Amino acid sequence: MMRQNKPFNMAPGRKIMTKKKEANASGSGTLDRRKFIKGVAVAGASAVAVGESAKAAVLPQHDPTHPLPSALRPSAQIMAAESGSVQEAGADGSPGTVSGKPGSDFMVDVVKTLGIEYVITNPASSCRGIHESLVSYGGNVMPELLTATHEETATAMGHGYFKVSGKPLIALCHGTVGLQHAAMAVYNAWCDRVPVIMMVGNNTDAATRPPGTPTLHTVQDPGSIVRDYTKWDDQPGSLQHYAESMVRAYKFAMTPPFEPVLISIQEHMQEHEIHSAKPLTIPRLTTPSFPAGDMNAVREAATLLANADFPVIVVDRAARSQQGMQKIVELAESVNALVIDRYGRMNMPNTHYLYQMGGAALRRADVVLGLELTDYWGTVNDFSDNVAQNVSSNVSPDTKLISIGVGDIYVRANYQDFQRYQPVDIAIAADAETTLPSLVEAVKATIPSARQAAIEQRGVEARRNQAALREQTLAEAAANGWDVRPISSARLSAELWAQIKNEDWALVSRDQSLSFWPHRLWSFENHHQFIGGPGGQGIGYGLPAAIGAALGHREHGRLVVNLQNDGDFMYAPGSLWSAAHHNIPLLNIIYNNRAYHQEVMHMQRMASWRQRGVENALIGTVITDPNISFAAMAQSMGVEGIGPIEDPNDLSEAIRRGIEVVKSGDPVVIDVIAQPR
Amino acid sequence: MNFGNISPCIIALVFSVAFTATQTMASDAETPREVYERVGCWSCHGYEGQGGRHGPAIARAPNNYEAFSAFVRTTSGDMPPFTERVISDQDLRAVHSYLQSLPEPPPTSDLSLLQDVYPE
Repeated sequence: MMRQNKPFNMAPGRKIMTKKKEANASGSGTLDRRKFIKGVAVAGASAVAVGESAKAAVLPQHDPTHPLPSALRPSAQIMAAESGSVQEAGADGSPGTVSGKPGSDFMVDVVKTLGIEYVITNPASSCRGIHESLVSYGGNVMPELLTATHEETATAMGHGYFKVSGKPLIALCHGTVGLQHAAMAVYNAWCDRVPVIMMVGNNTDAATRPPGTPTLHTVQDPGSIVRDYTKWDDQPGSLQHYAESMVRAYKFAMTPPFEPVLISIQEHMQEHEIHSAKPLTIPRLTTPSFPAGDMNAVREAATLLANADFPVIVVDRAARSQQGMQKIVELAESVNALVIDRYGRMNMPNTHYLYQMGGAALRRADVVLGLELTDYWGTVNDFSDNVAQNVSSNVSPDTKLISIGVGDIYVRANYQDFQRYQPVDIAIAADAETTLPSLVEAVKATIPSARQAAIEQRGVEARRNQAALREQTLAEAAANGWDVRPISSARLSAELWAQIKNEDWALVSRDQSLSFWPHRLWSFENHHQFIGGPGGQGIGYGLPAAIGAALGHREHGRLVVNLQNDGDFMYAPGSLWSAAHHNIPLLNIIYNNRAYHQEVMHMQRMASWRQRGVENALIGTVITDPNISFAAMAQSMGVEGIGPIEDPNDLSEAIRRGIEVVKSGDPVVIDVIAQPR
Repeated sequence: MNFGNISPCIIALVFSVAFTATQTMASDAETPREVYERVGCWSCHGYEGQGGRHGPAIARAPNNYEAFSAFVRTTSGDMPPFTERVISDQDLRAVHSYLQSLPEPPPTSDLSLLQDVYPE
C-alpha cells in the first residue's frame, strides 16, 4: 500500500485563540471581518482554502468544462488572519522580540492565496524570516516546506512536480550562492517551458546587514543572475509591492509560455514587524485566457491538412493534459496523419496506429504540422556531425510547413534555445493545446468528400505497417544481446515491463540512454505516464526531477519509475535523501554504463577526425576505477539499495523486490550494470 | 651499450623490427573481442555488436572484409571514418572476425518476456 502524505501537526499546546476571538465566542458582538491585524486587509483575494485541492487551479479559463470560479471564498488562513485568531508574534512585548506581526507572515498570507502546495528549500539565512513564518505561522501546510540538499535539486524537483501536477512550486534559496547553484535547473525549466517560482533572500540595505558572510551573500540585482532564462523578476521595495509582485509572478509563470519567474525578498522586510501607513492588501489573481491561434490562419492550415496526400504531424511539447493528447489523436485520425513524437511531453499514445518513432515519414510528407516544436529546423533537416558538417533536408522542396507554438510569442536572445531559423508557410503564434479544438473542427469541416477514400487508405496502410513494425521490434529486442553482460537495454526494458504493465505506472525520465526500448516495448497510453526530459539537456536534472514528479504522483498511488543515468545521478545524489526524508516512493533503476557515455563518443569522433589516439577516448569520460556502488550510496541515505546487478537473470527478483519497497511508500535504488546504450 | 662498428642503418632496422614486433605481439596476444573493445566500436554498436541509439547492429558482419574495411575507412556520414592510422588493418580484421563469430539470437518465440508485449 502506498503511503499517503502525512499532514503537518501543529505543536501541542499552541494557542490559536486570541482575546478577541474569545470575546466574540462569548457573544459580545458581531465580528468585523474586514478588520485585520495591524491594518492588513484582504481585497477580494482569489484564495484556495487551506486543505482544499488546487487541482483546478491551472486549467485555462477558456475551457468550458473547467471554469474557474469568479469569486472564491477566503482561505481559512486569510479568515484567521482577518479575525485576529492567529497568535501574533511577540505580542506580549517581551524585550528583544518582534512586537507585531512580522512581514514574512504577510508574505506567507500572499503565498497561501495562490494555492501553492510546496516550498522546497536548501535553508538560507537570507530566507530565515519567511522560513520561520512558513513552518510556524503558516502551519507548514499549503505550502509544506520540503528540504533539499542543493538548490539545483530544489528547483529541479519543482520542474518535475509541475509536469505531473500542473501546479508550480516555490524554490526558496539565497539570492546569490543559492541562486547560482540553482541556475542550471532554472535554465532547464526555461527550455522545457516549466514554471518554477524562484524566491530568493537578499538584503540591499547595508545599514541593516551584518558584515562578513551575509554581505558576501548579497547582490544588488539577484534577478540578473538568471534574467536571460526567466520570464519576469522583481525585488519588491515594500510588503504591498511584494503582494502585487508575488501575484503577478504567479500570473506570468502560469500563462503560456509557462516559464520560471523570480521574486527577491528583502531580509529586513521579512524579519521585522509590519509598518504600513495604509492597510496592506492582497490583489486578486486573474490568469489570462491562453493564446489561441488566429482563426484565419487556423482555417488555412486546416485546408492544407484536409487536402494533403500525406500529412504528417510532429509533436514535442504539444499536450499539457489528457485532453490535449486526445485532441492530437482526434486531429491525426481526422486525416489519418502519421504523428512523429519528439518526446517533449506525453503527446500521442505509442499504441496508436498513427504513432511514429523517428522521422522517416517526413520524406513522404507533402504537409507537415509542427506542434510546439523545440527545433523545427532540426526536425526537417538532418545535420551530420562530421568534418564536412553535411546538411540535408528531410522534406521535399514542395512540402508545406505549418507551425503552431508559443516559441514565436516570447523569446530571449542570449541563450540559443530558440535553435536555427526555419522558414515555414504558416506560422501560428499561439498555444498549441489551446488552438487544437478549433483546428480539429476546421479540419473536419474542410475535408472534401472526394478525399475520404484516400484518407481511409492511409489508415489501412498505417495499421499494416504498425503490425509489421511490432514484429520487427520484437526480433530486434531478441537480438539485442538478450543474455549478455553488461545487461542490454532491451532486456532491462522487457523485464521492467513484465512487472509494471498491470500497475498504474508512470515513467518520469527519458529513455534515450536505453535506446528508447521502453517506448518500443511498453504501452504509453495515458498522459501521466511520461513527462519528457530536461529541456536544456543539462545533466543533473534526472534524479531530482524524477523525485519531484514522484511527489506529484504520490497522491494517486502510482508506481513511478525513474530510468536514471549514473553520470546524472552523481550531480545531485543528495536528492535521494530528500526522497527518503519526505517519503516519496520511487523505483530508481540506475542505468549504469559507468561513463559519461555521450562524451566517450565525442572523444572517439575527435580522435577519428585527427587520426590519433582513439584508445584515449576513455580518459576523462569514464566513471570507473573505482566503480561507484549506487546501492551503498542509497543505503547511506536511508534508501534500500539493490545491486549491482550484472547478470540479466537476476533482474526479475531485483525488480520484484524494488516494487515491493516502492509499494510500501519508500524510494529504492537498483544498480544495473548496463550496455553503453 | 656499445654497438662498436655496427652500421647505424642496421641498428635502426633492428630497433624498428623489434618495435613492430612488439606492436604485433600485443595485438596477437589479444582476443578479437579485446581488440573490438580497445578500438572502441562498442561505444556506438554495443559490446555484442547489437546496436543502439547511435549505431546500427553490426553483429554477424557481412562476410566480405574488403567491403567492411572500405566502409570503416571512408564513411562520410554520421559515423566518422577510422583510417589505418587509427585502427590498423590487423586490428580491423580482428574486429571483423569478432563480429562474424557472434551467435545468432534466439527466436522471439523462445523468450517469454517478449510474448504478449503489445495490447491486442
